[in-house]
Amino acid sequence: MNPVFYPFFPYATGLLLLVATVGTATAEPMPDRVEFNRHIRPILSNNCFFCHGPDSKTQEADLRLDQRIHAIAEHDGTAAIVPGNPDASALIQRILSEDPNTQMPPPESNRSLTAHEKALLQAWVAQGVEYQAHWAYLPPQHTAPTSSDAEWVANPVDAYVLDNLNRQGLTPADPADRVTLIRRLSFDLIGLPPTPAEVADFLGDTRENAYEQLVDRLLASPHFGERLAIYWLDLVRYADTVGYHGDQVRGVAPYRDYVIAAFNDNMPFDQFTREQLAGDLLESPTQEQRIATAYNRLNMVTREGGAQDKDYLIRYAADRTRTTASVWLGSSLGCAQCHDHKFDPFTLKDFYRFSAFFADINEKGVQSEGGNEGPFPPYLRFPTEEQAQQFAAIEVDKARINTQLAALANGTPAPSSEGESSPPDPDALKKELRKLTQAQFRLDQETYHVVVTETMAPQVTRVLPRGNWMDESGEIVGPAVPEFLGGLWMNGDRPTRLDLAAWITDPKNPLTARTFVNRLWKLYFGTGISKVLDDLGSQGEWPTHPELLDHLALEFVESGWDIKHMVKHLVMSNTYRQSSMASPTLKERDPYNRCLARQSRFRLEAELVRDNALRVSGLLSTAMGGPSAKPYQPAGYYRELNFPTREYEPDTGENLYRRGVYTHWQRTFLHPSLIAFDAPTREECTAERPISNSPLQALVLLNDPSFVEAARVFAQRILEEGGTTDDERIDFAYREALSRAPLTSEREIMQSLVDSNRARFADSPEDAAAFVDVGESPVPESVDTVQLAAWSAVTRALFNTHEMIYRY
Amino acid sequence: MDPINKYLLQQTRRQFLGNSARGIGSMALASLLGTGQANAAAPDTWKGITNPTHGLPKAKRVIYLYMAGGPSHLETFDYKPELARLDGKPMPTSFTQGEQLAQLQGQALTCMGSQFEFGRHGQSGQEISSVLPHTASIADDICIIRSMRTDQINHDPAHTLMNTGTAISGRPSMGSWLLYGLGSECENLPGFVVLTSKGGRNPQPLASRQWHSGFLPSKFQGVPFQSVGDPVHYVSSPPGIDPAQQRKLVDAVQALNGIHNETVEEAEIATRISQYEMAFRMQTSVPDLVDISDEPKHILDMYGTEGADGSFAFNCLLARRMAERGTRFIQLYHRGWDHHNDLKNFMETCSSHVDQATAALVTDLKQRGMLEDTLIVWGGEFGRTPMIQGNKGGPGRDHHVNGFSIWMAGGGIKPGMTYGATDDLGYNAVENVVSVHDFHATMLHQLGIDHKKLTFRFQGRDFRLTDVHGNVVKDILV
Repeated sequence: MNPVFYPFFPYATGLLLLVATVGTATAEPMPDRVEFNRHIRPILSNNCFFCHGPDSKTQEADLRLDQRIHAIAEHDGTAAIVPGNPDASALIQRILSEDPNTQMPPPESNRSLTAHEKALLQAWVAQGVEYQAHWAYLPPQHTAPTSSDAEWVANPVDAYVLDNLNRQGLTPADPADRVTLIRRLSFDLIGLPPTPAEVADFLGDTRENAYEQLVDRLLASPHFGERLAIYWLDLVRYADTVGYHGDQVRGVAPYRDYVIAAFNDNMPFDQFTREQLAGDLLESPTQEQRIATAYNRLNMVTREGGAQDKDYLIRYAADRTRTTASVWLGSSLGCAQCHDHKFDPFTLKDFYRFSAFFADINEKGVQSEGGNEGPFPPYLRFPTEEQAQQFAAIEVDKARINTQLAALANGTPAPSSEGESSPPDPDALKKELRKLTQAQFRLDQETYHVVVTETMAPQVTRVLPRGNWMDESGEIVGPAVPEFLGGLWMNGDRPTRLDLAAWITDPKNPLTARTFVNRLWKLYFGTGISKVLDDLGSQGEWPTHPELLDHLALEFVESGWDIKHMVKHLVMSNTYRQSSMASPTLKERDPYNRCLARQSRFRLEAELVRDNALRVSGLLSTAMGGPSAKPYQPAGYYRELNFPTREYEPDTGENLYRRGVYTHWQRTFLHPSLIAFDAPTREECTAERPISNSPLQALVLLNDPSFVEAARVFAQRILEEGGTTDDERIDFAYREALSRAPLTSEREIMQSLVDSNRARFADSPEDAAAFVDVGESPVPESVDTVQLAAWSAVTRALFNTHEMIYRY
Repeated sequence: MDPINKYLLQQTRRQFLGNSARGIGSMALASLLGTGQANAAAPDTWKGITNPTHGLPKAKRVIYLYMAGGPSHLETFDYKPELARLDGKPMPTSFTQGEQLAQLQGQALTCMGSQFEFGRHGQSGQEISSVLPHTASIADDICIIRSMRTDQINHDPAHTLMNTGTAISGRPSMGSWLLYGLGSECENLPGFVVLTSKGGRNPQPLASRQWHSGFLPSKFQGVPFQSVGDPVHYVSSPPGIDPAQQRKLVDAVQALNGIHNETVEEAEIATRISQYEMAFRMQTSVPDLVDISDEPKHILDMYGTEGADGSFAFNCLLARRMAERGTRFIQLYHRGWDHHNDLKNFMETCSSHVDQATAALVTDLKQRGMLEDTLIVWGGEFGRTPMIQGNKGGPGRDHHVNGFSIWMAGGGIKPGMTYGATDDLGYNAVENVVSVHDFHATMLHQLGIDHKKLTFRFQGRDFRLTDVHGNVVKDILV
């Protein structure tokens, strides 16, 4: 069916005043004109909506402040807000009151207003109480930045940024030097460092468009998809295991490869969305489109004994609902699972109607068939030729036994098998059948496979009061998008996931494009234009550059949802190309770099910390796709797992050196080095990883065999390729690892390390031998192990430097 | 002078001369001057967001003895003569109608009386069953809560609720909240440690989610200790590298980072330098911690351990050693309490692993004067049904959420007290009901934290360990 026209903003009043207002770094003076979305909504949302907001169950004193009509209504002769008259407004009296009995917010709420906030509210009431629909729910608007013609402006991104810098009295930083630029671009676009040759090429490239050439080369690299996939896989909570209880493995890797390929092929984002949510509902879907629907099956599932099917089906539906809203809409719809949303106009009913889109997904709440090692159907299998033959053989045997059993049951003479004369024993036949079924389950699990979405007659969806699955008093609902964003389609057919995808990627949807470009911005500039990446709603952040965010959202839609175009648009800007150095004054004015008078700096993500070391050592495998890889991991790490119990078997050969994006993702026990560097377990949608700095990270870089081996293999390269003198070798090491020559002071330190380690290992060559034995990759006969172990001190030191794991 | 020390010294001098615009924390670099020497200053450590605390803390640390699987309250702390009287008779449907059950869903429900005798113990006369004789000997030190309730009936989500305050994944565990709130008193060891042991019925799995930091930075996560291999992952230097070499390597890294900082002026470098200092210290302090050769035999005997064997008893001893060194939150899981069948037998097995060492830990802390500022908790993720579960072997009990028992001791909790009650059959907590959130609120309160004020903003909302619930159980406080 085609969705009928549906308005996105039934009561948006078009009041968005595009006053040029953006992030400021210092304490704000009172604005001439108070603006609801920028100034007032955050105050009300943070302090008042919890009791006087959209949740119909908690509108204390029958007062809701999120809509003007209710806020100014009279109750018993007084109104919370009297437009134009702060003194007569109960709200103003209450917030100014010193009496704990009447004061708002009440002291026991642990909320309080600053003097500035109180003044803003007073001014807003005095100025007539203008409300605006929340900015993120209004359509993005084209605006014309005033700085478009400035010399610094390479594209509209810069114009919007410069407009704000001018208002703030700030000036852009100098461009970063070329080495910093190529390192930054390489980490950002492909997640790998540039090789010394690539650095030299770029430094020597005198063409005017050298930088653009570099951008284009990196966008065309197959590593681009791997890099961006890390972020997408966090959002959709991709992992190799089911997450609950026994945390068994279930096939998902083909989905990961689908995502990487989609980014590499620059699949339009609307198509990417449609295939994941509803690829199975497309006309004659391709195999890839069916693999894409693994998205709907990535939620945690259980097979714990005693778990009730219905209980878990409802948990899965809720999980999909909150995840889909987070991934595509940047909305915390999940907060409406038990009650109306406290801050945004999502109702309890909206939540369950949204979840009804997924009610046709064929799945079990508790998948117990096949025991601990049984599969999680439905799925697509990719058997090897040998496995296909084994499957066929099992089928033949099962058919034979079933025929025999049927014959026995009918009392007809059993067909003789293998020349036996006596009729077969039915119990023995049944036992054989069970064995075959188990063999089939095992084979199934061993076969490369991916869980997919299969549609069926939709299950009944009820509104669950307080989210309680045993409460059957709630009304039955069908699929619909949140009412305030358009509500029901009324043309009679039951809407499907395909319709949901169409609504999400409708150019009129105000959230989808903003959500995506805001996250892209974070990847390349360190912080979102609106900082809270998974909530563009009332509790999110007023964007520092609202016009820029709108420009990017519109550009994304108008480009045909072209992701690479958007990435290029961002990295071609002069804003992106700035140096990340900041004067002490600028650091004080804008400590979090929200004005972008410089580039930001941040630590590499967990997977890239690994990739970087492996790449520099020369060990990194560039193989793409396939079953997840298992690098070295401390023995016994899975000892708390059961059903079944497990031993981790690291891979061998090239698979030990795959990129981090391919690492086996065990939700309940993620690889310790990934956890240490803040990778999420992917049990829930993660839009922003925390970044921490901990001693455990130091222990990983110092002692994890993956890094020790990489350091040793890097040292091997130094000895083989890095010249013959210590100076040449130190130079080589720096260029390979950090794309630059060492300073004299650094050279002295490295020399001292080599000297002391050489002396020590010469005294105890058995220790050198023990050291170089770490890791599977062989030490060539020709290499002197004492030298190798000594130079490994240099490479370990490099791998542990701040510079190595930081993007400037 | 060795160039590494030369540069470290230079950087530190510059620091002391007030040339500090570079942003290196003086503490961090001062600590480097101690390279391999005894006078190293403490590296920068997180002092907590709740600093000072909201209230006067009664406890400085928590040792949580987590009985994973769900020990039966009816065989331990909740004596029910009426249930014994109805043994073998149908469970009155007034209790179970419309209730969610786990494995007993849809089956005939029959009462089963306690499999152990109860007696009164200590001056307080607390009722404790014969399966926990050592615990009975500390009856006057503990506060038994008989009126716990949870709302998750399957192990996995019930653990998650008990540790994070919700069954939805991705939220910080209570130890992470404590580290975020209070920091750690210990610079050379992790502030939140997890130790595990097993023994009893085929153990249920555990997930690292139970000690994960959720949306808090990962430095607040619990660090699991292993009984085989490195006690902490990657805490040993690579093979063939001696401590002096490793020290020199770390010094070189510190000096290189200091030099790099002169070019890039990056505040995060000071933090990294202090983290490397802590990491290096952990490489010595962790082995020191687990080396119990300095413990006298009578102490080992008291706990019932002979050494590093991965047992609960050994873990209890380590817990005391960590408590002495200032670790904030120490969680010991014992897996094996999921007694769907053969309950009597398995209770005895579990008790043989856990009972003596538990009592020894309380007694040992007490004799060292540490019980008063150490909060000890003993309990599981839920209790077990008054109804029998027939399975292979002897009878057992199914999961039960509506009423179960835990105990708390030390850290300002009233000793020798029984609080709350279930009904006559031990089905529903009916008197002074304590929810998981109430329990969390009480624990935080004892550490000086108002559970409503310890918040972290995530996805636009201020999250708390207690969500939007929780009342401090004031009646059990000294």
